[in-house]
Amino acid sequence: MMARERMDRILFGDNQFFGVNHMSEERARAQALRFQELDAVIQVLDAAYAEGIRTFMCTTHERVAQICDYFRAHRARYPDYKFFPCMPYAHKYANAAAEHGLLGALRSFLPEENPLASLLKGGMSLARKDVASLAAMLIDAEMKMFADLATPVIFLQNVATDFLLGLGFDEALRIFADHVAERYGAEAGFITMNAPRLVPRLERVGISNPIICTNLNKIGFRMSGGVGAYEELVAAGRCRVIAMSVFASGAIPAREALGYVCAQRGIESIVFGASSRRNIAETRRLIEELSAA
Amino acid sequence: MGLSHQSIVNTHPAVQLVAVADPSSYVTDILSRHTGIRAYTRHGELLAAEALDCVFVATPSRYHAEIVAAALGRGLHVFCEKPFGIDPVRGLELAELAEHKRLVNQVGYHYRFVAAFAEARRLLERGVLGELHHLRAEAYGPVVLRPRGSTWRSQKEEGGGCLFDYASHAIDLVNYLVGRPTAVSGTVLNGVFSDQVDDEVYSTLHFRRTFHGQLATNWSDDSYRKMTLRVSLWGTNGRINVDRQELQVYLRRLEVPEPGLREGWNIRYTTELTAPVWFYVRGEEYSAQIDHFVECIRTGAVSRSSFRTACDATAVAAMMRQDAARATTRISTRAPAKENAGQAAAPVRTLLGRIWRGDRQRG
Repeated sequence: MMARERMDRILFGDNQFFGVNHMSEERARAQALRFQELDAVIQVLDAAYAEGIRTFMCTTHERVAQICDYFRAHRARYPDYKFFPCMPYAHKYANAAAEHGLLGALRSFLPEENPLASLLKGGMSLARKDVASLAAMLIDAEMKMFADLATPVIFLQNVATDFLLGLGFDEALRIFADHVAERYGAEAGFITMNAPRLVPRLERVGISNPIICTNLNKIGFRMSGGVGAYEELVAAGRCRVIAMSVFASGAIPAREALGYVCAQRGIESIVFGASSRRNIAETRRLIEELSAA
Repeated sequence: MGLSHQSIVNTHPAVQLVAVADPSSYVTDILSRHTGIRAYTRHGELLAAEALDCVFVATPSRYHAEIVAAALGRGLHVFCEKPFGIDPVRGLELAELAEHKRLVNQVGYHYRFVAAFAEARRLLERGVLGELHHLRAEAYGPVVLRPRGSTWRSQKEEGGGCLFDYASHAIDLVNYLVGRPTAVSGTVLNGVFSDQVDDEVYSTLHFRRTFHGQLATNWSDDSYRKMTLRVSLWGTNGRINVDRQELQVYLRRLEVPEPGLREGWNIRYTTELTAPVWFYVRGEEYSAQIDHFVECIRTGAVSRSSFRTACDATAVAAMMRQDAARATTRISTRAPAKENAGQAAAPVRTLLGRIWRGDRQRG
């Protein structure tokens, strides 16, 4: 197992760039319009960088490829910049599955000349090794855009983590962790809406002290299992927690929201997204102030 | 859909998932090998071999009726994916059979389990908007964006097309919010990229003489990241806009006292409206609908999204298909417009295939 580096206290998220807002469709569309041009996105990432935020936690949305191109081209300006890719970008798969069916969708994301793609056509059954190589190819396809960039932690999106967790396909979580470690020297992270249920299951397949990115907010928004179970999990120190959705999409005022999260001493990092330098600076200042309290 | 239900059902504390069936041995092999579930490639074998209380049917639409009938025949409670078959007559027979056998029957119209829509319905039932006079139901999203596609969704006979997908969701939600329209008119079914099926559906809904609505659905719109369904309703006391995230209520007059509502705009977000679920995969409503089904089995209650309410949605969709095939009013370049009045299409009102051409006042 690779050495475990501590993650930065503050990570920058990408929902605001791609029209994701859990509270308002209108707000989501306004953001999608604003961030249509790469320049607008880079401006915000620059603002975050100027505030000392060095980690960008992002989906594998096709537009992230442009952001990656930019950072590759300007490496000298951001020598210590890190990406935390989160995959798969689920809507891409869901839309493809609606059009081509489940197997058709998988095929469409595999390299053209791949022998496995033709096997899938034949509907042959797969042993573990085959599931692993299929997963490896899908992961590699998603990781292509991050070539030559630092990606010390690679995440499985909650829709995939929780889907596999529900099925009881725990081994697939292990397959993911093994592949990102072997191929990218990265540690696996798991985004989840069901953290108290997930952690023991990861432990059971040999992933100890896993990196978990999960909703953590005072009102229990999308915290399946209940606030109490999350607080216990964080306090127990069995996993390295990144808190997300700390403002519950804006439902909780900033100071109150961050006060709650920073009081959970076991949390390693907080991820948030913002669109202005002022908001980024204010959030950073609050996190630093409340973490020291 | 089937896999996502499996993932949710499998975690429900009151349910033990014992077996799955899928015609693809590729899928069943992986499932049985890695999740320990018993898997069959034929649903008949599963039903014959396993001792069950209930089944979840998530096949392409054309297999719904056969599998649901087989399950009801064995006395099982049934959850079926929407649009609950494509033949309204057969659908109603199955609804009656399930009711006769007192079996819980539910269809996966999950928008009924979105908290913001449920709250909108509660406010409408309380009469906060006064007399309703108009509504607009809109659904947009990115499903068919190119002139191809090889799944059953692109086949009309298999229940593909926007009418039996996005539009059915919108219709069912309208039925849930305000009751079923009695007639439709001016329906347009249009293929944007598809040859065989419609990619967009537009129709006028007639509820009563003073209350009409419009439905607009288009699944070839990738300016939306995913399917987005929104309903706006206008009444004599104000207006409601509601989608999955947000409930906006504008009241010009607060006639019915309702805690938390005031005159002017009132906004409530999903974060405060949505009850937590025991397990979350892809939206609280998907978990909530399954929990509701299990709860109905436990208590003997009738489901909020029953076969019968799903038949209502199918019946409205069928009305729309008939209406779309009718002649439209042509504007003549020679004769004055009034001479064409006789050709104007009256609203189509049909329940289960009977076309009714009445002399009702047109909206």
